[in-house]
Amino acid sequence: MERVIEITLIVNSTPATRRVAPRTHLIDFLREELGLTGAHVGCEHGVCGACTVRVDGKIVRGCLTLAVQANGRRVDTVEGLSDSGELSALQQAFHERNAFQCGFCTPGMLIAAQDLVERKPMATREDIREHLSGNYCRCTGYQAIVDAVEAVLLDRRAGAPR
Amino acid sequence: MKAPPFAYVKPRSIEQVFDLLLQYGDRARILAGGQSLLAALNLRLSAPELLIDITALPGMADIALHGETVRIGALVTHAELERSAVIARHVPLLASAVPHIAHVAIRNVGTFGGSIALADPAAEYPACAAALGATFTLAGKGGERRVPAREFFKGLYETALQPGEVLIAGEFPVRAAGERTAFLELARRHGDYAMIGVAACARMDSGRFADARLAFFGVGDKPVLAARTGTVVEGRASGPEAIAAAQAALTTELHPAGDLHTSSSAKMHLAKVLTSRALTALAS
Repeated sequence: MERVIEITLIVNSTPATRRVAPRTHLIDFLREELGLTGAHVGCEHGVCGACTVRVDGKIVRGCLTLAVQANGRRVDTVEGLSDSGELSALQQAFHERNAFQCGFCTPGMLIAAQDLVERKPMATREDIREHLSGNYCRCTGYQAIVDAVEAVLLDRRAGAPR
Repeated sequence: MKAPPFAYVKPRSIEQVFDLLLQYGDRARILAGGQSLLAALNLRLSAPELLIDITALPGMADIALHGETVRIGALVTHAELERSAVIARHVPLLASAVPHIAHVAIRNVGTFGGSIALADPAAEYPACAAALGATFTLAGKGGERRVPAREFFKGLYETALQPGEVLIAGEFPVRAAGERTAFLELARRHGDYAMIGVAACARMDSGRFADARLAFFGVGDKPVLAARTGTVVEGRASGPEAIAAAQAALTTELHPAGDLHTSSSAKMHLAKVLTSRALTALAS
C-alpha cells in the first residue's frame, strides 16, 4: 500500500499536482503545499468552520477532507473567490458593518455566506443564522455578520448589485 | 490535532473492498464521507493502518423508488436526501430529520450509510429507521443479506455488521396512506449532538391514533423503539388523556442514560415533553 500518493487538484482554476501522505488534510495541503493561507485551521475536528472551502462547488470542512479525497476535483478558496470578484459584495458589507474583529473566522464565514446568497436568495435572518451555525465567531456576537449578509441579500433582491 | 499516518486506497469494485477487509481485518476502516471518521482520526481516537475509500464503488449513490420501497444507497449524502423529491414525498420523516444533522458543509459530504454504520446513539437516521421499520442490505464475500433496522443496532457504535461486511443500502417502506410523521430533537445549539430526540409516525383514523411508533435517540447506547407507548395510544383520540397515558407508559420502558450535560432524570422529563409534542404534531 503506497504511503505517498500523487494527486492533481484544480485549485482556483489552476491545476496543482503534488505527492502527499494520505493523512494530509485538504486545509493543510492548501496552506502548506500551495501557500494559500486564507482559509484557517481552527479546531481541526469539524466544529468551528474556519477551514471552509469549496470542493466541486459545495462548501466543505477543509479539516474533515483529506487532500487525496479531493484528487481530480475543483477546489475554490477565499483567494480565488476574492480575485474573481464573487465575494466582493459580501466583503464590502462585512467591512461597512464591522462584521469582523480579529478576522480569523472571516474567510470561512464569507464562503459559507456566499453559499447561502447563491442558493437561497429569499433567505430570512433566521435562515442566515441557521446557515452560518457551523461557523464560529468569537468576537462579534454574530449580529453584525447577520446584518452584513442580510444587506447583501436585500440589495440583490432590490436588483442593485453592489 | 492531525490524524495519525495511514495508507489509503480507493477501490473500483466491491470485491476489492472485501479482499482488503479480509486482509486487514479491524486494522482497516471504511471511508465514505468521513465526517465522523476524520474527526475521530484527528482526535486520535482511532488509528487504522488503512482507509478504504468506497466512494468510487458503483451503484451505491442513488435514491430509487421500487414499488412500495425507497432504496437509499449508502453513499447518498445528507444534502442529497434533504433535496430529494422522492424522500420528501415517500419518506418525509427522513426529510424532516436531515436539517438537524450538523451543518451545511458537513451535510454536503457526510453519507446516509456512514451514519447508519457508525451507529452513534445520538444520530438521527437510526431512530427514523427503527420507527419506520427500515431494512439494511449488507454485503460480504459470501453474498448479500438483509437485516431489519430494529435488529441492526446492537449497542454503542455496535451493529449487526460482521467483519468483512459493507453496508450497501437502506430500504424504507413508502409512507402509507394517511400516515403522518414527526421528528423532534433537542440540542444545546443548532447542529450540536442531540440531548434527546424522537422520530414518530402514526395514522389517524377518525381522529384516533393507529399504529403509532415512537423511536427515541440520545437516550442510551442505541435507538429505543418505545413499543408500549405506541400501543397505549392505539385507538385513543388525540388529546391530554392520550398524552398522559403515553407518558405513563413511557416511564415503564424508557430508562435514559445520563451524559455529561444532561442527567437521566432530565432526559426522562424531556422524553415526556417530546412525547407530548410528537403526539400533538401527529394529530394536527
